[in-house]
Amino acid sequence: MKKTAFIGALTVAGLAAGMASAGTLDDVKERGTLNCGVTTGLVGFASPDANGVWDGFDVGVCRAVAAAVLGDSDAVEFVPTTGKTRFTALASGEIDMLARNTTWTFSRDVDLKFEFVGINYYDGQGFLVPRDLGVSSAKELDGATVCIQTGTTTELNLADYFRSNNISYEPVPIETNAEGQQQYLAGACDVYTTDASGLAATRAAFENPADHIVLPEIVSKEPLGPLVRHGDNDWADVVRWSLNALIAAEELGVTSANIEELAAAPTGNPEVNRLLGTEGELGAMLGLDANWAMMAIAAGGNYGELFEKNIGENTPIGLARGLNAQWTDGGLLYSPPFR
Amino acid sequence: MTSVTDPPQGSFRLSMLLNDTRYRSYTFQFIALVLLIAFMAYLGVNLVRNLAAAGLNISFSFLSDPAGYDINQRPIEYDSQSSHLRAAMVGILNTLIVAFLACVTATIFGVIAGVLRLSSNWVVRKLMSVYVEIFRNIPVLIWIIIIFSIMTVAMPAPRAFRGDNATSSMLFDSFAFTNRGVYAPAPVIDGAMGWIVIAVFIASIVGIFAYRRFATKKLYDTGQLLPTLWPSVAMFFVPTILVYFILGRPITLDYPSLQGFNFQGGLHLRGSLIALWFALAIYTGAFIAENVRAGIQAISKGQTEAAASLGLRPGRIMNLVVLPQALRVIIPPLISQYLNITKNSSLAIAVGYMDVTSTLGGITLNQTGRAIEAILLLMLFYLTISLLISGIMNVYNNSVKLKER
Amino acid sequence: MSDNNSVAFVRTETLPQLPPPASQAGAVKWARENLFSSIPSGILTLVSLYVIYLLVAFVGPWIANGVWNTDSLAECREVLDGTTGACFSVISERWNQLLFGFSYPVEHYWRPGLAFILLFIAAAPVMFFDLPRKLLIFTGLYPFIAFWLIWGGTIFTPLFALAGIMVGYLVYSRYVKDSFAMGFFGGVIAAFIAWYIGGFIVGAIAPEEPFLEAVQSRNMGGFMLNMILGVTCVSLSVPLGIVLALGRQSDMPIIKWICVCFIEFIRGVPLITLLFVANVVLAYFLPPGTTFDLILRVIIMITMFSSAYIAEVIRGGLAALPKGQYEAADSLGLDYAQAMRLIILPQALKISIPGIVNIAVGLFKDTTLVSVISMFDVVGMIRGPILSSTDWNGVYWELFMAASVLFFVVCYGISQYSQWLERRLATDHR
Repeated sequence: MKKTAFIGALTVAGLAAGMASAGTLDDVKERGTLNCGVTTGLVGFASPDANGVWDGFDVGVCRAVAAAVLGDSDAVEFVPTTGKTRFTALASGEIDMLARNTTWTFSRDVDLKFEFVGINYYDGQGFLVPRDLGVSSAKELDGATVCIQTGTTTELNLADYFRSNNISYEPVPIETNAEGQQQYLAGACDVYTTDASGLAATRAAFENPADHIVLPEIVSKEPLGPLVRHGDNDWADVVRWSLNALIAAEELGVTSANIEELAAAPTGNPEVNRLLGTEGELGAMLGLDANWAMMAIAAGGNYGELFEKNIGENTPIGLARGLNAQWTDGGLLYSPPFR
Repeated sequence: MTSVTDPPQGSFRLSMLLNDTRYRSYTFQFIALVLLIAFMAYLGVNLVRNLAAAGLNISFSFLSDPAGYDINQRPIEYDSQSSHLRAAMVGILNTLIVAFLACVTATIFGVIAGVLRLSSNWVVRKLMSVYVEIFRNIPVLIWIIIIFSIMTVAMPAPRAFRGDNATSSMLFDSFAFTNRGVYAPAPVIDGAMGWIVIAVFIASIVGIFAYRRFATKKLYDTGQLLPTLWPSVAMFFVPTILVYFILGRPITLDYPSLQGFNFQGGLHLRGSLIALWFALAIYTGAFIAENVRAGIQAISKGQTEAAASLGLRPGRIMNLVVLPQALRVIIPPLISQYLNITKNSSLAIAVGYMDVTSTLGGITLNQTGRAIEAILLLMLFYLTISLLISGIMNVYNNSVKLKER
Repeated sequence: MSDNNSVAFVRTETLPQLPPPASQAGAVKWARENLFSSIPSGILTLVSLYVIYLLVAFVGPWIANGVWNTDSLAECREVLDGTTGACFSVISERWNQLLFGFSYPVEHYWRPGLAFILLFIAAAPVMFFDLPRKLLIFTGLYPFIAFWLIWGGTIFTPLFALAGIMVGYLVYSRYVKDSFAMGFFGGVIAAFIAWYIGGFIVGAIAPEEPFLEAVQSRNMGGFMLNMILGVTCVSLSVPLGIVLALGRQSDMPIIKWICVCFIEFIRGVPLITLLFVANVVLAYFLPPGTTFDLILRVIIMITMFSSAYIAEVIRGGLAALPKGQYEAADSLGLDYAQAMRLIILPQALKISIPGIVNIAVGLFKDTTLVSVISMFDVVGMIRGPILSSTDWNGVYWELFMAASVLFFVVCYGISQYSQWLERRLATDHR
């Protein structure tokens, strides 16, 4: 109490200063908004439109969590982060969760003390080259100039790949995807490398996407997922199961179109009932309302809907589901049961 | 009445700590020290608690781990298996390279512009004012990005040099201006013979200075004026060229040529280096121009007129009377401009030039997550450089100080 | 050869004055003297004219053919159809993002706009000494008005902040007669107590729907962010700089040592490393669980940065005062605080104003560095959201020209003011 009063004084003195207590979940509820770290702009995953409204696949995850916790998918403050600032922003509590196509690696999980709550996109690092360069394999790239985003795992993978294939290259480090795009289009580098999904998104923004090809080699595993601070398990559970709810909803055939109907009364499928809160008390166990998952799914649709709307085959980005199909369709998406 | 100011002795009261000027300063200093220590302790305790809460620690052992990333401009041997410390060293050298280049160029730009601003020629004067005002009043970061954009967008890609219907061609078949930077011929020193040529060249430069000093001494001792210009020129060129041909041309030029994706061979000045170098040079040059102008204007006209009345020619007036006095005014701000260049070179991060901010404070920080350690080291580096430069400045200031008698 | 015809011709009337020879008058004379006074000068003139010609020939058509009303770069290139021309339509379409960032609510643009206009009124009495001193009251109120206008929210926040300062001032003026230190510290403590209490009251009476909708700091962007950072940091760092300068000149070794270390440390590192500290490290040094706005952290670091530089300028001003002034103050029996307040600082500050203005201009330009730590100031907006949008991917010159013009206007204006002031102060001291 004393502390809040002091903060009140600080508020008067200048600008608002928030105060975090033990649990992120309580903080978010008290604040009424979710602070979600996203990229500074990658079309399809997270980018502000001309009016400053954020949209994209990662943004969809943020909105789902906000809807689950606060019941309002617009109660999100999107904090743009670069490769450099993202981890400190999360560690310092400036953001509650990071959904910025971040690769789950051992050292980030263990050494940097973050908690990856799941994987929302199975990715791998690829190479984008102009068609008229006449290259059909990454092994032919000896001596090429390569644009890479610094501070990402792609930088390390690239060094490893070229080293193990014993070919040389000239790295051109860049800070944001926008810069990489400009450099690549101006021909200042022959190759642009980042996660294959990012390449597709970047290519989609080109004037003539057909003039550029993504090479067949995928040189790394890049499981991308949202992450939270280590040690706050309640909050990690909320984010983890909000993501799982999206995945499970697709598996169970719950879409934003039929969710009202399914949630109105218990259905024949007990797992759908538990998910949507018409049966059991899963929401209360998380410290949320009974209809938390329903809100999360209704925010932007289930995983499949989010995918199709933002990065799917009918969008300019045109990514196939591939590894990101449900396990029932031969993909890797597999939500633990809601029980 | 003299004893009025003498306070009563031997009766120290506690209130004197606040009210007596003899003790009050001790009180204040004590309070300040306690506050400082308390503040530091507060920060330290917070740090420890935060690190403990996050399960992190302060450790510099990451410096010996393999860096894992590649750097394009490597003044010393480096590959992705080298340590983070080595990467930081590469970054430091790159910082020093760009700072040195920018300092030299900025001085040249600044002196030219500063002198021309005082020119009697109206167009030149106005043009230089426009240069100074435009460059001084727009942030250097914008200049860096603009020049970088010129380098990447306006220059042709290496592809344009290829094939029969190439749209671009190399200048004199030896310089290629591409959007990846400028490729220039690089000298290749061929064994010991090559080094002999270089040694001769250095020796002849030393010789020129020795000769000039000798000529000055002769002038002062005997009043005999020896010619200096032509002997100097001769000493500069003749011995080196002679030795060069006698030893069978041991220094050759390595010309860049288009192979594969890029130009290979020669000297590669990357676009990021050029952008940073020129932006810093032009921007700081505008400030130096103002310093130079102020320095020259600070010399009273009487000095010039007195020199003229002694019969000195205009060149000698400049060399012997005006410049030595103007330099005393110009050099201290000039050195702080050099300091600014060094500090502003940290903006390299905006264009991906791999200086120490980009390696140690950029990629290493990102990859290891050791933010506190990396930034601490980074600050220490810049602080060391700054203190060194200001140390040099103090030595200089003391050596040129007007001896007051 | 005879003496007869030696009657000299004597003119009886004055001749009308002839115009001076063509080479000695008008444009020709001016050109000869100013453009072609010697061969090198002539060559320089020709070279300069050629450079100007090149610039005009290059930039002129580009600006003249500018397109102002298309929706995307592709459309603009279509309109231009291969001719040289600028796509200024990026500016006409995105001007609001350049000025206000992309998340400041559009319907509230008038608020920062009004704050900007009021800034001139607030700054006028500080900049021009002839204006009535009463205007200074508005200058004192301005920070609170501007804060309320830009950030919005309940008006009680700035009101109570102001009230706290008033209370502090009352306490100060009550006790300053006894001892400056007592008045000063008493005032500071009183202000904090007032704020502390005010914090409760504001929390209690703040209306749900404030008159001006609150805007998050995070939503500040564009040139507005540069202005906010520049103005706030300069005005905060002047008092801090005075304290540091006095500390550095102090006779007390520990205080002097602390100030010297602080000043030299800050001046020795680039601003960007301090911004990294604000962005990445500062959170570790705050009590666990506290988070400040990034903008507030940046303001703290930039203020520290500029206060060190301003301290050095003011130290120069203090050193430039004749020793007689200090001695005169002592001989009047003034104590340190009185001497500084009444005699030394008013003069020293007056000498330092041009230097302070130069630092301010430099600092204002340096606010663009925040784009490196992913804040969307005007440079950050250009490099981030605008250039990465599909519509405007590849428009460089027009955008950077716009940013350059914004900065040039402000910085050139201030530096002209500084020169005017220097001339004026110079006559005062003659």
